[in-house]
This record gives sequence, structure tokens and C-alpha cells, in this order.
Amino acid sequence: MPEAKIVLNVRKPNEAVGVIDIEGEVTAFGEPVLMDAYSTASDGTKAIVLNFTGLEYMNSGGIGLLVTLLIRAQRQGQRLLAYGLNDHYKQIFQITRLNEAIVIYDSEPASLAAV
Amino acid sequence: MNTPSGPSQENPRRDAANWAQPVQKLQVQGMPAEAPNLVDGRRLVGPLQGFGKMWQKTYRVRLEDASVTPPALIETWKANFSSLWPRGNRFYTPLTGIAPGEVALISLAAGPMKLSTGVMVLYADAESFTLMTPQGHMFAGWITFSAFDAPKEGASQEGEGAEAACCVAQVQVLMRAQDPLSEIGLALGGHKAEDRFWSSTLRALAARFDSEAEPEIQIACVDPRRRWTEAKNVWHNAGIRSGLYVAGAPLRWLRRSGKRDDAG
Repeated sequence: MPEAKIVLNVRKPNEAVGVIDIEGEVTAFGEPVLMDAYSTASDGTKAIVLNFTGLEYMNSGGIGLLVTLLIRAQRQGQRLLAYGLNDHYKQIFQITRLNEAIVIYDSEPASLAAV
Repeated sequence: MNTPSGPSQENPRRDAANWAQPVQKLQVQGMPAEAPNLVDGRRLVGPLQGFGKMWQKTYRVRLEDASVTPPALIETWKANFSSLWPRGNRFYTPLTGIAPGEVALISLAAGPMKLSTGVMVLYADAESFTLMTPQGHMFAGWITFSAFDAPKEGASQEGEGAEAACCVAQVQVLMRAQDPLSEIGLALGGHKAEDRFWSSTLRALAARFDSEAEPEIQIACVDPRRRWTEAKNVWHNAGIRSGLYVAGAPLRWLRRSGKRDDAG
């Protein structure tokens, strides 16, 4: 399978929240690294924030990957939030109706304040 | 620790042309008169809007002996999408083909009756395309058709360059049954029928490249919970609507002939 062109960085701005900074391409091939990042970010947290500021490309496989991540978080009793999406990717969340399950914020402080 | 600022509007959008534009309700255009259109005015629904357990079903065929690239395979697949389906099922391809935002109508053989539904092309690029279901379809979700290179069975990762790789064609369905009736239908043979459907399609696709490879199936339950708030989706159920459509045929015929008489 092709290599995933994605770099993920996990941060914990406070005890309740894990932030995953996403840089590069979100495709189905990124599943192992995204799930690893989720495991690191979710340790003891009640919410996961996805930072899409560095998102360069996303295909439908990537959207599917976000759905499986969302279900995994929900089953752990965690909320999944997002920020840093440009207008194009906001539209993709809208057409796939992912925005009905993952609340999108304009900035990191806004998303952290919502937790 | 880095703390990035707000959203970057400068990001390149090289995937922009691959995605459909947002739509409130579907509109079907340029379909033949015999295609039953129960899709007009419906909303799109993804796996998050369905009722039943969420499944990820992956059907894959490895074309070990065929010399075809992933883009060439996808081009063939798009151009022959309808003819690769099992006999008795019909995919009414949009006039402009499988392109983002296009809506296709579908007539599916379901025992003695035909189920009428449709899909919208959510995403399409050179190596994949995705169909999204409307309200009333048996399931809510996405079906992604893709092709990629993978090492041949028994070949080392480093080794023999292009000779060590083969093209893999894949269908991946991420779905939930839309309503309780569809959930029961899937449990009572619907899932198996779907497995046979896509396996048959992949066999037919492989045959286009002179391959007799057998498809593999991987099934994973992503979410075992049912979403009872979505049980109301039964109102749009394609099986019920298709039955009503067939039952209403004499009335439609009478109405059409009345109009012809008035015009004459």
C-alpha cells in the first residue's frame, strides 16, 4: 500500500484534553498513525481536539477514517472536536454530514473553552 | 510544544475538484424515462445518520498476473461500472459519467421485487471514487472504489521493483442500516447478498484484465450500538416506497393517458 504522507503531533494543553496536530494528507493509508496518535492523546482525557491547520489534502478514505476515529472516541465516552479547517474542508464536513457529529471551532482557544 | 494559530486559508486545495459541492436535496437530471426516480428531493445520509450497527466491509481482488496501473483500472471501472454489476441489477450512469456531484439511479433485484434507489458521487479522483447514499437507501453510508499497488504474494518489499508489485482493486463500504426494517433485512440475508454482489462485481472487473483472481472479504463491526433516534428513517424505506411505486403504476398510466386525451 502507498505510504501515508501525514505527520501527527500530540499535545495535552490540560489534563482533560488531548490535541492532535495534523499535517499533510488525511487518507485511509494514515489509519495506523492516526490511531496511534489517538491512543496517546486519549490517555485520561475527556475530549480530543483535531487541529487541521496543517491539512493539505483529504480524500473520501480520510473522511471514513475520521468516522472510525469518532466512533472510537464516543465508545470511550470522549468528545471529538476540530478546528483549523479552511472553507473548503468545512464544506466537505458539511456534505458528508460529519459536522453534525464533530463540532468545528475557529481556533484552539475556542475549542478548549468548549470542553 | 507548538501552539498553532487559527485556520490557514492559504492551504492548497488540490483535492477541490474531486469533491461534490454541498447540496441540501438531490436533483436527478438526464435519466431515461424507465428509470424509477425515488431520489429527487431526498437528503444525503452518511454512516453517522443511519440506525443499525456500523460495519466496515472491504472486498479486495489482487490482479497478480495483470499488468495494469491503478489509474487505468479505475478508468475502466468508471467507464464500465454498470455492466460489471451482477445480472438483474441496473445502475443508470449519469450522462457525464462518474463525476463529483452527479446523481445516479439504481434498480436492485431483491427477491421477486425491484428496489429503486440512487446514489450521489461524493468524491472521484484518478485512483478512487466514492458513492454516498440518499434517504431511503437500504443503508446509510459511503462506498469507496479504489485501486492501489501492493507487493505480490511472496515478493519481498525491497526487491524486484515494478515486477514485485500488483494492482489491487477494492470496494470498501462504511455503513449502517438506515432503519429497523433494513437492519432486520440485512441480518436475514442482506449482508450475505451484498457480499455476493461486490464479490461478483470484482470477479467481473478482474475478468476484464484476463484475471481469474478470487476476491477476499474483511468485515469489521465498527460500532455495535443501534441509534434508536434514527428509527424514524423507516418513513423513507426504499422497499416500502418501491412497493408503493409499483402499486401506483396503473394510476400513473391513467393520469398520463388522461393528459394525452386532453391534449388531443
